[in-house]
Amino acid sequence: MTVLDTGDKRPGIGTDAVEVGRAGLADPRAASLTRRTLPRQVPWAIAGGGVLLTIVFKLTLDNWALAVFLAGVIFIGVLSAVSWRFEDARRARDRFATSLISTAFVLAVLPLVSVLGYTIQRGYGKLSPYFLSHSMRGVGARDDTGGIYHAIIGTLEQVGLAALIAVPIGLLTAIYLVEYGRGRLAKTVTFFVDVMTGLPSIVAGLFIYAFWIMMLGFQASGFAGSLALMILMLPTVVRSAEEMLKLVPNELREASLALGIPKWRTVLKVVLPTAFGGIVTGVMLSIARVIGETAPLLLLVGLTQSINTDPFSGWQSALPLYVFDQNHAGNQFAEDRAWAAALTLIVIVMILNLAARLIARWKAPKAGR
Amino acid sequence: MKATTTRTADRGTDIRTDPEAGMTKRIEVSGLNAYYGSHKAVEDISMTMEPRSVTAFIGPSGCGKSTFIRTLNRMHELIPGASVDGSVALDGQDLYGSEIDPVAVRRTVGMVFQRPNPFPTMSIYDNVAAGLKLAGIKRKGDLDAIVERSLRGANLWTEVKDRLNKPGAGLSGGQQQRLCIARAIAVEPQVLLMDEPCSALDPISTLAIEDLIALLKERYTIVIVTHNMQQAARVSDKTAFFNLAGPGQPGRLVEIGDTETIFSAPTEESTADYIAGRFG
Ligand SMILES: Nc1ncnc2c1ncn2[C@@H]1O[C@H](COP(=O)(O)OP(=O)(O)OP(=O)(O)O)[C@@H](O)[C@H]1O
Ligand SMILES: [Mg+2]
Repeated sequence: MTVLDTGDKRPGIGTDAVEVGRAGLADPRAASLTRRTLPRQVPWAIAGGGVLLTIVFKLTLDNWALAVFLAGVIFIGVLSAVSWRFEDARRARDRFATSLISTAFVLAVLPLVSVLGYTIQRGYGKLSPYFLSHSMRGVGARDDTGGIYHAIIGTLEQVGLAALIAVPIGLLTAIYLVEYGRGRLAKTVTFFVDVMTGLPSIVAGLFIYAFWIMMLGFQASGFAGSLALMILMLPTVVRSAEEMLKLVPNELREASLALGIPKWRTVLKVVLPTAFGGIVTGVMLSIARVIGETAPLLLLVGLTQSINTDPFSGWQSALPLYVFDQNHAGNQFAEDRAWAAALTLIVIVMILNLAARLIARWKAPKAGR
Repeated sequence: MKATTTRTADRGTDIRTDPEAGMTKRIEVSGLNAYYGSHKAVEDISMTMEPRSVTAFIGPSGCGKSTFIRTLNRMHELIPGASVDGSVALDGQDLYGSEIDPVAVRRTVGMVFQRPNPFPTMSIYDNVAAGLKLAGIKRKGDLDAIVERSLRGANLWTEVKDRLNKPGAGLSGGQQQRLCIARAIAVEPQVLLMDEPCSALDPISTLAIEDLIALLKERYTIVIVTHNMQQAARVSDKTAFFNLAGPGQPGRLVEIGDTETIFSAPTEESTADYIAGRFG
């Protein structure tokens, strides 16, 4: 037993060495760093078995939810047991936790993917240049013609106007809160932003209805809808911009101020550019939050089947309104149109998202001179 | 002299017509106390920092060196609740006078921080030009020249001249710190405050910055905080020793004198103990 002659007299070390020595390994230090590991493919194979099992259960039990649940439980159990048998206890617990989390992730993503998949499946066939470039004007109840041009215009204008108002106000509020605000006023503003975050969209719609249409006497229009959307966007813009500005290290502000740069220029030229990427993402989130709003638009925009490019006068349409309206029409063609409009809405959000990412990437990393 | 600290535009021309003389300033501090809220961090400091010389601040952690140095360019008051009383005079003009613009003070008294903090969204060039561009000193024509001069002044030019458009954050820590020094001297301050500028750097970068300080001192009044006794001995002409009277007490100036004297035969016993490493 040469391994024992390490000159180390601490208790415990010797015993370890004996055990490892029995396992037939020459160097105790090397031995303590290795352990038995399942080949990389095994967990995947078990996961594949789980998927197969899901299908089998689905066919026998004819219930998706139950099938997924049972197969998930069996997958986790088998993987942990195999690991327990062929690896060690710590590894088995690790596998258990990992597979639990992965299963939870799949469960969380499943509804999302199926919504998207189903919308594509139902809406894709109807999408065509004709559909995108025509309104519903003069389309009869049983016609297969008609399109969503008027609704796209309505949505883009209403959301665009809402963003045009909400983004500057929200950004300035966030700058005030992070860079200047202290004391009572800042606390009050924060409180109201919090309250607004939870505001149901129909309440925002009712408020604008009461204020803009009943009190000030304006007609229903795209702009009235924009006002309600603006109210809904504002807290998201403020909150996300606030978080992003808070992430900017104070050292940068100090570095700038110490150069004799006035505070407002420090905020404008150092703090904002540093937070730019995050702020753009936040604005995008707020747009995504309101672009599908239906309730306030029902109250404020009216609903028209023809093209109206002027958001300030006359009724408009909007994609969510269109989906709502067509879905109510109760015939196959209208239903197809509703799905295609829903798909278009999703695509618009994705395009905006992509654009925001591109802008953020183009602006954020240290540009040249 | 009256307008020099408040009217920066004048100063810009001053410097360029007379690059050698009239740039450095004497700082006279008297009876200065600095507070964080109601907590008094430093108490009753009176001292003079001579032009064209390096004054080093040494003392145990928490004795208020950073607090004090930040009162010299009115950075201290940026911390919520912080306040100062007493006076800091730059060539006779009180920086805390009511008619003084703190922004102009900070332009006159530059600062380099402990951790290098280049602006992450800006290129090397823009980092150096930031002070001039953002402070609204528009001299577009000779901006290139100023950037080059500042980078040369900070001993960084040869290392970065081929990648001026690359992000400043892509430099090594030591290079970043020299970039920050270049950025600070690009606005041509009259005083340069450095709060432990080498504490995050390796010995080579540290030496580079010490050499730089030796060069800069011909043109600036320099104040440096350091925990490194050898560094204080190497770079400074005067050394000020700060200490706490006791736990929870405000920091005080124990003594200030020629560096040689402070290191060989200080008046106070606590100074000798601190330098010899017997406490703190
Ligand atoms: N932002 C702050 N708010 C409240 N108290 C502070 C703040 N910064 C420093 N202090 C307190 O002021 C005292 C002096 O701190 P200061 O940072 O000036 O010490 P220092 O001498 O620079 O120490 P070090 O050598 O560790 O940098 C300390 O008691 C510290 O706790
Ligand atoms: Mg300090």
